[in-house]
Amino acid sequence: MKCRVCRGAALIDLRRHNANFCADHFVRFVQSQVGKAIHEFKMFDPEAKILVAVSGGKDSLAIWHILNELGYDADGLYIGLGITDYSDTSAVFARDFAVAHSLNLVEVDLDDTYGFNVPQGARAAKRVPCSACGMSKRHIFDRVALDGGYDVLVTGHNLDDEAAVLFGNTMHWQTDYLARQHPVLEAREGFPRKVKPLIRLDEREMAAYCVVVGIDYMLDECPMAAGNTHLRYKDALNLIESGSPGTKAAFVQKFLAQAAPIFADAAQESGVELAPCEHCGALTPSGLCAFCRLTARATGQPVELVPNPRLTS
Amino acid sequence: MKIELRNPTRTLELEGPMSVQRMLNKLDLNRETVLVISDGTLVPIDAMLADDATIEIRNVISGGDR
Ligand code: SF4
Ligand SMILES: [Zn+2]
Ligand SMILES: [Zn+2]
Repeated sequence: MKCRVCRGAALIDLRRHNANFCADHFVRFVQSQVGKAIHEFKMFDPEAKILVAVSGGKDSLAIWHILNELGYDADGLYIGLGITDYSDTSAVFARDFAVAHSLNLVEVDLDDTYGFNVPQGARAAKRVPCSACGMSKRHIFDRVALDGGYDVLVTGHNLDDEAAVLFGNTMHWQTDYLARQHPVLEAREGFPRKVKPLIRLDEREMAAYCVVVGIDYMLDECPMAAGNTHLRYKDALNLIESGSPGTKAAFVQKFLAQAAPIFADAAQESGVELAPCEHCGALTPSGLCAFCRLTARATGQPVELVPNPRLTS
Repeated sequence: MKIELRNPTRTLELEGPMSVQRMLNKLDLNRETVLVISDGTLVPIDAMLADDATIEIRNVISGGDR
């Protein structure tokens, strides 16, 4: 197997690109795909003050590394979710990476700040852990990005994540979710701009990037993820991908180019009015936002006593 | 060949030499979902693995709503 660029020995084959790459040219390939996504979707400009949501896993550490390599100014945000040993270990990967690359990592601990962790939140709200977890992370991302004056929040969602979400939304014809599935969510009052620069790269490419550039990341899976639908959708899509390389990318890219605008137009006509949460000010369709309700339930406190701190570094 | 896998952590033995592709087929693993690593470097799909090689097969698919 030879590198498509230099004809040297290749160490990875990317069947959907019909290409093999050596280490150097693979790294350049990945970085250029990120550059293309940033440009194509006008994600942010070179002077932007960026906040990267960092979990300690491969995708978020890789995008933080790539943005740094491409010359962007990006801080990391790690949220302690209190998911047993998994959270303790993933924090170590995030911190070690920040130190090794002299980058600034903002840390917020869910329990220290709001008085509950993800397993407790899930039990109290009778929700699956990923739902309580996602709700808490989104709330904290928004707060830190806004309170810290960041221009944009970057997440490590890759092509497989987007394909799996699109698959689920399509299987259930969740037209309101389909209307919002886009690698750029514009800032609105109360919400920061959110972008997904790994939209052109799949999970195998991201893991390979980490191995090639020497990023140590959390290999263990979150114990709450086992057997969830998101993973089942990924398995199904990868089965199709192995027979027809390029299917996942076509699914996502053609959706964005051809179908997403139709759903977005339809949704605009039936737009739901949002108003500030009566307690924390985050925009929400009803009086109290979902996160404040979750916090009140998980801590057994009246909602007036739910903490509402500024979350800046 | 000594093959290390994770989630759950386990070690398998297979008789080499054998190509990466053949090893993945034998273990019924989808090549889109794993990386094969030896001595900290990626091993391409057409490489031959020696009988005395130690290999890590790393799953690359993560779950959950990131
Ligand atoms: S798998 Fe679910 S519970 Fe675990 S970190 Fe991801 S979203 Fe949170
Ligand atoms: Zn090359
Ligand atoms: Zn609120």
